[in-house]
Amino acid sequence: MRLIEVLEPGLFTTVQDVGREGYGPLGVSPSGAADAVSLRIGNRLLGNAEGEAGLEMTLLGGTFTFPEGAVLALAGSDLGATLEGKPVEMWTPFEAKSKQVLRFGPTRSGARCYLCVRGGVEVQLFLDSASTHILSGLGGYEGRALKKGDVLTIGLANRNEQKRTGKNACSTGGAGTVGKRRLSARALKELQPRKVLRVTPGPQSDWFSEAAKKIFQESTYRVAEESNRMGIRLQGATIPAPAGGEMISEGVSLGAVQVPEGGQPIILFVEQQTTGGYPKIANVISADFHSLGQLRPRDEIRFERVEWDTARTLLAKQEKLLASEELMREL
Amino acid sequence: METSRGEVARFQYSSDQSLLVYFDEHVEQKKTGGAKAPPGQSRITLRANKNVRRLLRLLELEPVPGVRNLHPAYCSLLIKFDAIGMRHQELEAILRKYLERLEEVRLPEPRRVEIPVCYGGEFGPDLAEVSARRGITQARAIELHSSVEYLVYFLGFVPGFAYLGELPEELVIPRLAAPRKRVPAGSVGIAGNQTGVYPFATPGGWRLLGCTPFKMFRADSDGLSLLSIGDRVRFTPISRERFATLESA
Repeated sequence: MRLIEVLEPGLFTTVQDVGREGYGPLGVSPSGAADAVSLRIGNRLLGNAEGEAGLEMTLLGGTFTFPEGAVLALAGSDLGATLEGKPVEMWTPFEAKSKQVLRFGPTRSGARCYLCVRGGVEVQLFLDSASTHILSGLGGYEGRALKKGDVLTIGLANRNEQKRTGKNACSTGGAGTVGKRRLSARALKELQPRKVLRVTPGPQSDWFSEAAKKIFQESTYRVAEESNRMGIRLQGATIPAPAGGEMISEGVSLGAVQVPEGGQPIILFVEQQTTGGYPKIANVISADFHSLGQLRPRDEIRFERVEWDTARTLLAKQEKLLASEELMREL
Repeated sequence: METSRGEVARFQYSSDQSLLVYFDEHVEQKKTGGAKAPPGQSRITLRANKNVRRLLRLLELEPVPGVRNLHPAYCSLLIKFDAIGMRHQELEAILRKYLERLEEVRLPEPRRVEIPVCYGGEFGPDLAEVSARRGITQARAIELHSSVEYLVYFLGFVPGFAYLGELPEELVIPRLAAPRKRVPAGSVGIAGNQTGVYPFATPGGWRLLGCTPFKMFRADSDGLSLLSIGDRVRFTPISRERFATLESA
């Protein structure tokens, strides 16, 4: 059995896959990787099914060792990884030999880095998913962030091997083989996290005054320290609450920008509550969800209104790129 | 959208991959101190919630391809869908057909669930204040809270959190001005005309009357959530001794 040993967990490291969709009627939110685009690419680089579980590290990465070796890939933000003291390249598979130490430091770019492993991180699934939901302590590895001394199991490499053709295809072997490919420069550029988040109107956007909407659209907001996987709290110009009092709780969408009484917006994120009672002025478009996952405290963001059709076209374009052959370059 | 009996269902885009269906009678735009009620604001009615449960049931029995998740609430249902495979308008057209059939949807017989609660003391740190503010004794507050059969309007917020209503009028009180950072799992709270049980230790702004030894949500059983949408719930007062016995069981 191949393993990952946690020598140091880092600031906040959890097991995440692409989430558990479909349990809204139980009050269970999908959870999953904060930057699912990066996780999916990391898995594809390794020949895994793109929804395999990996480790999501936040702001400050951990230190890991692999008693029987492993084939790995890093995706997302650069946490200055080194293997036995030598820098490791992002977005390309590499091999860690038995007992070699993989060490991460503080972020040099965005908020989250994914450590993907050929075969995926294997944990007991909860409602079809390996994702950790911190607030309820469900899913992932014992429903919590990793601690020093935890030992995780790596799945079987060829279990979910995607069918690939071509002479440079990865072998389905164990830790010994490393596929020769990396994310293309074009894809990296196109998928670069954005600080100008594109939004469509929220279900209560009509409740807000024209002045309130103008403030929302024209102001720069700063990401607050207390942001987490449930919600990204913003600080900046106060958005006047709609007149007329409380609304009735209703289902809320991922990326909804809700405005509580204080007028400082909160973007609902992957571990969001499934229902809520604050009016929502806007909703971040799906094509920009991965950008939310890379926002750090004190980052400055703005919102840009787009049309419904634009939102859909941008998502289709992103998915097309993620599924395309050009995504990766064979080395 | 007219359903039979003349109720109105309306659609609202929620995000580029979700659509809200509201069953409601609009709140009249009334003048309250010069401020207008927000347009399209909903009002909770049992009938609206029944329609939510019917549409949810129908969508569970006959899933629409491309629909990925459903979030029922008091008088609305949020439907998340594959935005590349389907447009809002296309989903709307399908849902209109479903709405025409709501009257024929048979909801399952409601399950009746009894939840034991140890009221007051450290189990219900707000019981004394709620009673004082409502001008009743603590015993009367307990009697009132456990006298009614509540409907599970929906589950939301966190896994297994059931929104129960309606609370007897004498217990209606606003939520805490400042939410607690941590409410213990099993706490039974009230807010407005609702009551509910916190399944996990989470932040929370409801006023706490007691605590149940029951697990509201567990990952290791088939049932997952003790309560389901549409269930009928009663709270039964128990002693501290009984609480300890049930908790260790």
